[in-house]
Amino acid sequence: MGHDIFEITVNGIKLVLIFLLMVQAVPMLVWLERRGSAFIQNRFGPNRVGPLGLLQLGADAIKFLTKENFVPTSAKKALFYAAPVFALIPGAVAFSAIPMATPVYIEAFEMFGQNWGPYRFLVQGYEIGVGIVFILGVSSLAAYTILMAGWGSGNKFSLMGALRASAQTISYELALGLSIVGVIMMFGTFNLTEMINAQQGPLTFKWMEYTVTANWLPNWGIFFQPLGALLFFTATFAESNRLPFDLAEGESELVAGFHTEYGGFKMNLFFIGEYAHMMIASGLMTVFFFGGYSIPYFSVADVQAWALSVTQSEMSASILSALLHFLSFNIKFGFFLWTFIWVRWTLPRFRYDQLMDLGWKTMLPWALANTIITAFIIYFATI
Amino acid sequence: MPLGGVLFITVFIALFGAFLLWFAAKVGAKPTYRDPVKFEPYECGIPSVEKKDTKINVKFYLTAILFILFDIEIIFMYPWATTFRDSIATGNGAFVFGSMLIFLAIFIFGLFWEIKSKALEWD
Repeated sequence: MGHDIFEITVNGIKLVLIFLLMVQAVPMLVWLERRGSAFIQNRFGPNRVGPLGLLQLGADAIKFLTKENFVPTSAKKALFYAAPVFALIPGAVAFSAIPMATPVYIEAFEMFGQNWGPYRFLVQGYEIGVGIVFILGVSSLAAYTILMAGWGSGNKFSLMGALRASAQTISYELALGLSIVGVIMMFGTFNLTEMINAQQGPLTFKWMEYTVTANWLPNWGIFFQPLGALLFFTATFAESNRLPFDLAEGESELVAGFHTEYGGFKMNLFFIGEYAHMMIASGLMTVFFFGGYSIPYFSVADVQAWALSVTQSEMSASILSALLHFLSFNIKFGFFLWTFIWVRWTLPRFRYDQLMDLGWKTMLPWALANTIITAFIIYFATI
Repeated sequence: MPLGGVLFITVFIALFGAFLLWFAAKVGAKPTYRDPVKFEPYECGIPSVEKKDTKINVKFYLTAILFILFDIEIIFMYPWATTFRDSIATGNGAFVFGSMLIFLAIFIFGLFWEIKSKALEWD
């Protein structure tokens, strides 16, 4: 985590801060979802508690906290309590690996009568060389928490819901994993920061010896991998159990799926886990297909040079450029989070056999086709 | 060294979540009404008639096995995909591309055989 005590402390605080930011984003997203659904369905939504219903979040939290702690007699206690806690882990651990801005440079300074060397802090939890594999691997651990909850509740609705949910998650993981093979082929790396660096400048297509440049468009992955982007985004809906793929809940046939026996705060932790998956999906969409934290039309180097000319100090320049890139990342990130909500209130739910058919018989072959076409194009364009 | 960070945040979240659950249980309302029926697993208000862990459709097991097969095949493509451009640049492109096409042909054959043998039919 670092070379000396200062670096380790800052990195630790950063990790905790990212986790807490994710947790506090959940009530805001819930508010946005309720207001957004009201907007889409032409009703009011929460508008009584505080201005625009904003204090509804606090009211909900208090209500969750004051609920009775209920455990059914048939439950396996250890699993029943462990499942909601473990539901928090995969989301936050995977999200910490997504780069959110350019690194911050801290000059050497003196504190407690000791010299502390210059530091370079990344605006992400930790940088992992095999970024994509790590994120996919960790975030798919969520299937275990669902199974723990379903098995531990000792209720047949929970068990059936958990089995359905895990079968759905693993089926769509195939399409998810295969849809980004094209992306990896295009960038030739697993590292997310290198991917972002490769997506800078104006859109440039290279075919044999010809080069076509479109100055009015940024060099984003979506223009090279449109089918991959569509498949990836669809599969992440199923991964995070969101409508139109929320068969895990299926109120009409399974009561509430794997969290039938959960109430109050335990249920809330599952909710945070689900929203964390939405955040990972949005973050990865941004990084793979929409240039990550980079600002369209301005490359990272441009912004850093501009920041240096404004602030005249390397340290403040790095902080300013990190802030600007963080803002740019959050705009793209927020757009995808909104798309999740938008889709939820626009599309109806699938039936379970349709869901499995779509995953195995439609998305998997299309993802394969995308891989093969990309391979052919790269091979014949660069040979 | 990212491993330290991963371990740190995992332990932190586990403790944080456990604290939240403990806190919520402590602050939350105390049950005033204790009836054994209340603590039965939920079953639409009728007494539980069926054993809770029984009769799981074998389809789920089959799906999981097929998932593992295909997922491993996909993971094999990842290292190939990272080095594909480099191999073309160093002149090994034809060999690397050809061998992956054979692998993909087996993959596609497996997928269509699986669909044809009705391993993926849900009713």
